[in-house]
Amino acid sequence: MLVIKNLKASINNREILKGLNLKINPGEVHAIMGPNGSGKSTLANVLSGKNGYKISGEVKYLGENLNDIPVEERAQKGIFLAFQYPLEIPGVNTNNFLKTSLNTIKKANGEKEIDTIAFLKMVKEKAKELGIDEKILSRQLNVGFSGGEKKKNEILQMKILDPNLIILDETDSGLDIDALKIISDGVNSSRSEKKSFLVITHYQRLLEYIKPDHVHVLSDGKIIKSGTSELALELEKKGYKKLN
Amino acid sequence: MKNQNINTNQEYKYGFTTDIESIKAPKGLSEKSIKFISKMKKEPEWMLKWRLKAFERLKNLKEPDWQKPKYPKIDYQDLYYYSAPKSASEKPKSLDEVDPKLLETYKKLGIPLQEQKRLSGVAVDAVFDSVSVATTYKEELTKKGIIFCSISEAIQKHPDLVKKYLGSVIPITDHYFATLNSAVFTDGSFVYIPPNVKCPMELSTYFRINASDTGQFERTLIIADKGSYVSYLEGCTAPMRDENQLHAANVELVALDDAEIKYSTVQNWYPGDKDGKGGIYNFVTKRGACRGKNSKISWTQVETGSAITWKYPSCILQGDNSVGEFYSIAITNNHQKADTGTKMIHLGKNTRSKIISKGISAGQADNTYRGLVDISRKASNSRNYTQCDSLLMGNKCGAHTVPYIKNKNFSSTVEHEATTSKINEDQLYYCNQRGLNQEEAVSLIVNGFCKEVLQQLPMEFAVEAQKLVGISLEGSVG
Repeated sequence: MLVIKNLKASINNREILKGLNLKINPGEVHAIMGPNGSGKSTLANVLSGKNGYKISGEVKYLGENLNDIPVEERAQKGIFLAFQYPLEIPGVNTNNFLKTSLNTIKKANGEKEIDTIAFLKMVKEKAKELGIDEKILSRQLNVGFSGGEKKKNEILQMKILDPNLIILDETDSGLDIDALKIISDGVNSSRSEKKSFLVITHYQRLLEYIKPDHVHVLSDGKIIKSGTSELALELEKKGYKKLN
Repeated sequence: MKNQNINTNQEYKYGFTTDIESIKAPKGLSEKSIKFISKMKKEPEWMLKWRLKAFERLKNLKEPDWQKPKYPKIDYQDLYYYSAPKSASEKPKSLDEVDPKLLETYKKLGIPLQEQKRLSGVAVDAVFDSVSVATTYKEELTKKGIIFCSISEAIQKHPDLVKKYLGSVIPITDHYFATLNSAVFTDGSFVYIPPNVKCPMELSTYFRINASDTGQFERTLIIADKGSYVSYLEGCTAPMRDENQLHAANVELVALDDAEIKYSTVQNWYPGDKDGKGGIYNFVTKRGACRGKNSKISWTQVETGSAITWKYPSCILQGDNSVGEFYSIAITNNHQKADTGTKMIHLGKNTRSKIISKGISAGQADNTYRGLVDISRKASNSRNYTQCDSLLMGNKCGAHTVPYIKNKNFSSTVEHEATTSKINEDQLYYCNQRGLNQEEAVSLIVNGFCKEVLQQLPMEFAVEAQKLVGISLEGSVG
C-alpha cells in the first residue's frame, strides 16, 4: 500500500523529517507515536501532499511515486487524512460539502455521481451506524462544532469517501471517552483487507481501542524503534526519553 | 454545488459580437442628438421637453470625482447615444417578426426567448443596445392588468403613469450621470402592477451592449400599486472590446401602501482583460421609494463584471413601517474596481433597513463598500442593521469599508458590523484533501461566504450566480 524510503522534509530551511522509512501493507494498522515536535504531523501533511515542504526521498502509494502529485489527486486516489484540527468553512453546509467531495472523487475515478436523494440516505445511515447526531449534517461545516463533533465529522467523512489509506492525525486529542469510543468503533468497523491505517497519536490510550499491527516510535524525524502493541505499553510506562 | 461542471479555463464567455446593421444617432451629446433619439422613438412633445430640460441642467453639472476608483476622462462627444438594430426600427409585433440574428444572440446568452414561453415561466423584456426587442408573456400579464413593456412603449401608451412617476425618485436634476441618462435614455423596461395583484411570475430584463462606441442608457421604472407584489430580475452582458464602454442606467422603483418590490441583478458586464484593458464602466443610479405605509423594497445584486462598478441601489423609506433591504455580492478580480453599497434614508416612523454586503477582491482589484444610513429626526423607532464582510485573496488586492451613519432620532438604532478576512490556506488545503481542486475549493469557500446573499436570489438566478462566482475568481489563487 505505502512504501516510504529515506523521506526527508524541511520547511523554512528547517529539516523536520530526517530520513524516514516505513512500509504499510494492505489491511494493516500502523501506529506512530512520538513526543511533541518529533515530526508526526509533518509526516501526515507530507503524505497528503500539503504545499510548502521541501521533500527528498521516495513515497510510493499503490506502486506509484507520489512526489509530484497534488493534494486533491492524492485524495482522489484514496488517501484520506483525518485532521488534527478540522477547518471551519462558514456558509458551507456539511451535507453539501460531503456530497461535493464524494462526487468529485467519484468523477475523478470515472464513476457515476450520486444523486442527492441517494446521498442523503447513505449519509443518514452512516451517521446512525457511527452514533453521530445527524443534526450536524445540516449545520455549516465544522462551524461552532465542539472538538468531539469535529473529530466525529472527520470519521463520518472517512466512512463516506471510502478511501484506501487512512491517516489519523492525533484524532484522539481532546476527546472524552464516549467520543473516543465512537471514533475507534468507526475505525474498527472500517478495517478490511483492502484498507490500511496510519494512526498518529501521543498516547497509548487510543491504542487500547484501535489495536495496531505495528507500532513505531518517531523521534527527531526518524523512526527509532518499531514493534508490536507491546511497544506502546512500554512507552507509556517508561516515557519517550528512555528510548533514546 | 454545481461547480464541477465549470470549464476551468473559461474566459469571458459572453464576449462575442453580433453582426447586425444598426442605426445610430449623430455622434456626440447635443440637442440635435437628443431630438434624434426622441424622434426615432416617436415620442410625444412632453417627453422631448423633459429630456431637453435634463440636458439644460446637465450643462451646469460636473462629473462627480469622489469615488475611489479613478478612470480616464470620458469624452462625451465621442460617444453614440443611440444605436438600434436596423430591423427593429419597425417594431416587431410578435417573436416571429424579430430578427433571427438577435434571437440567436439571446440563445448564446442562454435566454432562448422562444423556449422561455414554455419552459421557465420568466417573462423577459430584452434590451439589445438601446431598443427593447421583444416582450414575452405579455398576454398572460395583461389579463391581470399588469403592464410590462419597454419604457418607449409606455411613454406612448401609458403617458399618465409615466408622467406621474418618471423622475419622481431620481429627479432630472439629481447628479451628473443620472441627469445624463434623463437626457439621452434610449430604452428600458416599464412595469406597473395594479392594486392587490401579486405578479404570478418573475419579470426579467436582459441587457446587452453590442455596438462599439455606444453608451447604454436604459431607464427602468417599476411601480407597485397598493398591496401588490413583484419580483424583477435583471441580467447584463457585453462583448469583449478593447475600449471602455459606458453604461449609465437609471432604475426607479415606487412602492405604494403595503406593496413589495424585489429587484435582483446579476451583473456580468465585460470586466476587461487580465491586464485591465477594456471593460464596461457601470455607473448606474438605482433608487427605490417606499412611498406607502408598510411597503417594502429589496435590492439583491451580484456584481461580477465591469471594469469599474460604481453604484448604490438605495431605498427612501417614506411610508411608516416601510422596509428597505440591500443584499450585495461584489466580486473584483484582476484590475477590476468596485465602489458600491447602498443608501437607506429613513423618513417614516418605525422604518427598518437591513444591509448585507459581501465584497471579494482578488488579483490587483480594489473593492470599496460605501454606504449611507440616514435616520431623520421624524423617523422614530427606526432600525438599521448593517453587516459588511470583505474577503481578500492574495496580497495585491484591496478592500475598504466606508460607512456613513447619521442618526437624528434618539429612539432609533443603528448597528454596523464589519469584518475583513483573507481566504485561509488551511481551508483550501482541507478542501483539497477532500478531493476538490484549487478552483473548486475557492468557489466553495466563496459561495459559503456569500451564502446569505445568494439565498435571496430567485432559484433560476441563484444557480447561475453560484457558477459566476466560481468563474469570476478563476486563476486568482496561485
